[in-house]
Parts: sequence; C-alpha cells; structure tokens
Amino acid sequence: MSGFKSLSRAMFLGFLRDRGALFFTVLFPLMFLVVFGGVFGGQTTSKVTVVQVGPAPVLERAMAHGGGELAKVLRVERSDDLDGSVRKVKKGDADAVVQQQGNTLAVRFSAADQVKSGTVQGLMNSIVQASNQAASGKPPVYSLTSQRVEDESMTAIQFFTPSLLGWALASAGVFGASQTLVNWRTKGILRRLRLSPVPIPTVFGARVAVSLVVAMVQLALFLGVAQLPFFGLQLRDAWWMAIPLVLSGVLAFLAIGMVIGAWAKTQETAQTVTQAVVLPMAFLGGSFFPLDASPTWMRTLSYIFPLRYLNEGMLNVMGRGLGPASALPQIAILLGVAVVGALVAARLFRWDSA
Amino acid sequence: MEIPGSTRGRVFRGGPVPSVRIMAHTISVHGLRKRYGRVRAVDDVAFEVGSGEFFGILGPNGAGKTTLLEIIEGLREADEGEVSLLGLSPWPRNHALLPRIGVQLQASSFFERLTAREQLRTFGSLYGVPGQKADAMLEEVGLTDKADVRVEKLSGGQAQRLSIACALVHDPELVFLDEPTAALDPQARRNLWDVLRRINTEGRTVVLTTHYMDEAEALCDRVAIMDAGRILRLDPPAALVRGLDAPTRISVAAGTLAPAEARALPGADDAADDGVSLVISTRDPSAVVAALSAKDALTGVRIQGATLEDVFLDLTGREYRA
Ligand SMILES: Nc1ncnc2c1ncn2[C@@H]1O[C@H](COP(=O)(O)OP(=O)(O)OP(=O)(O)O)[C@@H](O)[C@H]1O
Ligand SMILES: [Mg+2]
Repeated sequence: MSGFKSLSRAMFLGFLRDRGALFFTVLFPLMFLVVFGGVFGGQTTSKVTVVQVGPAPVLERAMAHGGGELAKVLRVERSDDLDGSVRKVKKGDADAVVQQQGNTLAVRFSAADQVKSGTVQGLMNSIVQASNQAASGKPPVYSLTSQRVEDESMTAIQFFTPSLLGWALASAGVFGASQTLVNWRTKGILRRLRLSPVPIPTVFGARVAVSLVVAMVQLALFLGVAQLPFFGLQLRDAWWMAIPLVLSGVLAFLAIGMVIGAWAKTQETAQTVTQAVVLPMAFLGGSFFPLDASPTWMRTLSYIFPLRYLNEGMLNVMGRGLGPASALPQIAILLGVAVVGALVAARLFRWDSA
Repeated sequence: MEIPGSTRGRVFRGGPVPSVRIMAHTISVHGLRKRYGRVRAVDDVAFEVGSGEFFGILGPNGAGKTTLLEIIEGLREADEGEVSLLGLSPWPRNHALLPRIGVQLQASSFFERLTAREQLRTFGSLYGVPGQKADAMLEEVGLTDKADVRVEKLSGGQAQRLSIACALVHDPELVFLDEPTAALDPQARRNLWDVLRRINTEGRTVVLTTHYMDEAEALCDRVAIMDAGRILRLDPPAALVRGLDAPTRISVAAGTLAPAEARALPGADDAADDGVSLVISTRDPSAVVAALSAKDALTGVRIQGATLEDVFLDLTGREYRA
C-alpha cells in the first residue's frame, strides 16, 4: 500500500537526517565493540611474553619443535641486558625473564599478575619436562589431551559481538519507539494522521519496518567490524539464525518502547523511564559480562529481561556453534514479549496529549 | 431555499450568480456541548452549513472556535449533541468520511526533518495523490522556492501555508481551516484568500475560523459570531452589519482639529484624538465631511462604516479584542 511505503520513506529519511540518533544507534555501540574487542581481544590476552637473556637452547629447541601450538601462547623476545629485562617484567611489559645456566632453566617472574605468572611457570615447567623426556630417548608413556568446554575459538570477541549488538538493538528499539510515540503525540502528528484515512496499524507498521531495516544494518556492521583480522570473530555455521533472532528481538524492544511511549506524558518522562529500563537490562541481560560467570541471583534476575534471550540466542548460534534449532525457544519468548507489549501499548494508546 | 447575502459573495468572485441553491446540509450540528472542568468551551451550539457554502466562525481568544471545529472534524468527542458531516458521523474515527474532508489545524504539525515537498508528498500519498499533484499544490500556496527547505526551517507563515496545502492536497469536498491567515503577511493573506475563493467556487464547502473581521466580510457567505462557547448571531456579514444602528467613523490626522472643536461640527456625535488620528463618530457622514472640507481639514481622511467589530460590541457589550 502506498501509504505504508511513503510513511516508511518519510520516517527513514527522518532517521537518516537525525545525527544524534544515527550516532547513538549505529556508531556508539560500534565504538564499544572496538574498545571491548580491543581490550579483551581474543588471542593477545592469553599470550605470555618472556625475555630470553643469553642463549637458552632448551627454550629455543622447544619453540622450534613446539611449532604453532606453543607460539600461540608464548612469545619470546631476546635481550642481553639482564637488569633491563628484569625491570621490564617489574613494569609488566613482559611476563618473565628466562636464562639457561648449564642444565638449569632460571625463570624470574612478577607475582603482580597471578594468572600470567602461573601460565609462565607452567609453560616453562612443561618445556623442561618435555626436554628431559626427549633427552631420555624413549617415547613418552603418558600423554595428555585437553579441550575447553566452549568451542576453542570462543574468545572475547565471540562473546562481545552478539552481546554488545544485543545492547545496541535494545537501546535503539526501546528509545526509538518510546521517543517517537511521545513525540508524535505531543507535537500533534498523531492527531494530524488521525484526520487522514491511513489505518493506524499502517502508521506503526511503517515505524516498525524502519526499525527492522536499521537493525539489519546494525547487525551487518557489527559482524563486518568484528570479522576484521584485528578482532578475529569467527562465525559459526548457524550464525544466520541471528537474523530472525534480531528481528524478533527488535519487535520485543519496540513493543516495550511503545508501552513506555503510550504511558508517558512528556518526552522527559519517556526518556528517564527508558533509561531506567535499558541500562539494568543491558547489565543484567548479560551484554557487558558473561552471565555464566555471574552470581546466582543475577542469573535468576536476568530471566525477566528480554535482552537476555536475544543475547543467549545469538551467543549460541554465532559464538558457541550450536545448531539453528537452538535459537527457537529464544525467538518464541521474544515474539511473546512483542505481542504482550503491543497489546498493552494498544490499551494505553492516546491520540492526543490533552 | 434562498441564502440571504450569498449574492454578495458570488459577485465578489466574479462568477455566476445563483440566487437559489439547493441546500443539502453538508454539516449539521445540534445541541453540541463540551466542558473542560468548569469551562464551557462549547455551550449548546447548533447550526447547519449548506453544500458549497463559505462559512466563517468569528470570535475572540477562548471563544471555543477550535474546540467546536475539532468536535466537528472528529478529533474530540462532544459531551452532548450530534454532528453529521456529509451525512456521516465523524466520531469515532470514520474511514468513509476522512478522505472527503481536509483539515488545517491551528497548531501545524509535520513529520520531522522532511523538506516542504517531502512533507506534502507524504501527506498526499496517504490519500493516493500523485507526486506532481502535491508539487502543484506547493506552487499554489507559493512555496515552490522553499520546496527543499526542511519544515523546521520554514518561517511561521510558510509553515502555515504548508499546513494549508496539506489540507487541500487531496481535493476534499469539505475543508476546515482554523485561523488559516493568522501568521500570514498581507500579501500571502490575499493570495490565500484567492486560493480559498477558487476552491469554494469549484463547489467545495469551506469552514474557517478567524479573528479578522475584514476576512470574514471578504470571504464568508455566512458568519457565526461566537463568544464564551455560544453562537450569538449567525448571518451573512452584510446582514449582520446592516441590522446594526452603529455610527460611521471618520478619521483624519491627529491634531487637525481639537477634539472639542470636532465634537462641535454639524452632525458629529463624538470625537476623540488618540495621538495617531482624530476619530469622529457620526450618523450623518456627509455633513461632517462637508464641514471638514470647509475647514480644509481632510488630511489623511478615512471613512469607515459599521463593521463586524461593531456587531460584536453590540452583541456582547464588550470591545472586540482578538
Ligand atoms: N484541552 C483542553 N483542556 C482544558 N481546557 C481547554 C482545552 N482546550 C480548550 N480549553 C478551553 O476551552 C476554551 C475554548 O478554547 P478554544 O481553543 O476552543 O478557543 P478558540 O476560540 O479556538 O481560541 P483562539 O482564538 O485563541 O484559538 C478556552 O477557555 C480554553 O482554555
Ligand atoms: Mg483556536
């Protein structure tokens, strides 16, 4: 219908020309992704750096034979300056200094970073053990294989991409809908539209369509940036299930925004309430840190936030590599929230501010 | 049925003079009441507007014009009474009626960040009006050179003209305009009068509210004078003025004569000098003009017969303050 098309066009143009909205819905969350992805970025954090002072054949041989596996977790720098290297470790620029004195591998580390110091000692110990074993000339009797419960590439970026995207979608959806609705009512656009023959579902349908398109752009941008080599996001097979997840998530957030917008009398009220909903939802819905690592009460509380289901669903299909069907319960819940929210908003709906 | 005074309007338009018209009631309103708390915004209003009529509602601020209009348009629900538009009820929202009416609200409202052209095209498309038609309407209200300016950057009068264009873009049979010329400069006002006369001559019914007596006199077939929620009189402007025993006012430049001297002129009833002009009230204007002429005191003379302002004064005992 032409009314739907032209209204969507009008609203989309209005959105594109709103620099503030563009910044907060598109650029701002991307900045978060860049910062979080950079700071906690996958490989770099788990790697330890040791400074090798003087020749250390044990270490050199291990690096040469250990191949890619060892190089993934251990970086070796060389130096002839012992004191300078120790200072470097004290400052945290390197994790340990290694010297080979005869048949002894001497490791000096800083206890400031317990995880790293543990990793360094463990690594050096296993290098020494492996060298001993190799020196004995016998094949090893015991061997160890280990695997993480998540997929091996479940790194920080695998977590932050879906969860920050979820936060971006939630705030764009709830803010967009509540502000639009109050704005249309207080500025008299609703009463003006009421005088035109356009059915009211068409008006809201057009607004929803604009939000869905914007959400798809957000998804594409997030995936595009996170897949840059610097961040190194690896999409799992069923990542495309993120599309229906995002669409149903946006519907749920729009519905919540409509409830706020239908209820609130002024733009300020709508803004305050929206913030009061979106911020806790982002924290407790698992957008800024993984819920698996949170206290039980937090995890329990998270179930009331629709964002939790969107994050969880996206994480499952994009990051954890679960199958496409794994996202269906989350989609169902999000659509349920959308339906209930839309019904409540329709009950609260007013054309006029007075 | 004969509409008294309709001839006057037709002559003004230079069109044919149908002295007898079939009056299908386009609008009929009965026993309409609307209260806001203790304010009776609309208080027992009843009237009918015929097809093709140009109907004016005149009254000071707070008279209830907007409330009345918005009830008729279907934007507000009346506490009591009935409204019928083109034989249909405007409340609740009536999809059969909406394409046939065009409304300009007192407070214009637009989609944000659209240009004037985009705005009008969007509104037009809600009625299935093609883009060229919308652009032609933009031309008609003299906004072609502002077509690519965002609505937020239009001046008050330009925004008002755009809002009127939005009301007219789909060629409605029945047009409601709430103070359409309020923010317009004299030139734009005259232009809009021409537009309104033309659409009325095409057979459309026009209802407008205004504060301006001259506007009501120039445009309307009939005028309802409204105050405090009630319609005090409803007649063609000429009939309203004719029925009035009001003095003619003759004004000349201030200081031409002392007020006492002016009062003593033959035929003068009263005189007052407000520092800008000396105004002499009289029921025998020719005698006063002759006397002024004899004194060579006709500098800047203006003669004004009774106006709707006098009608308002006569009806309410109050000066008209719009
Ligand atoms: N939404 C409202 N709530 C409460 N009172 C209202 C409301 N709208 C109008 N009123 C009151 O009703 C009366 C009539 O108002 P209305 O807007 O109809 O006047 P008007 O004749 O259009 O005035 P104006 O010439 O200033 O536009 C006023 O006393 C006004 O204060
Ligand atoms: Mg008004």
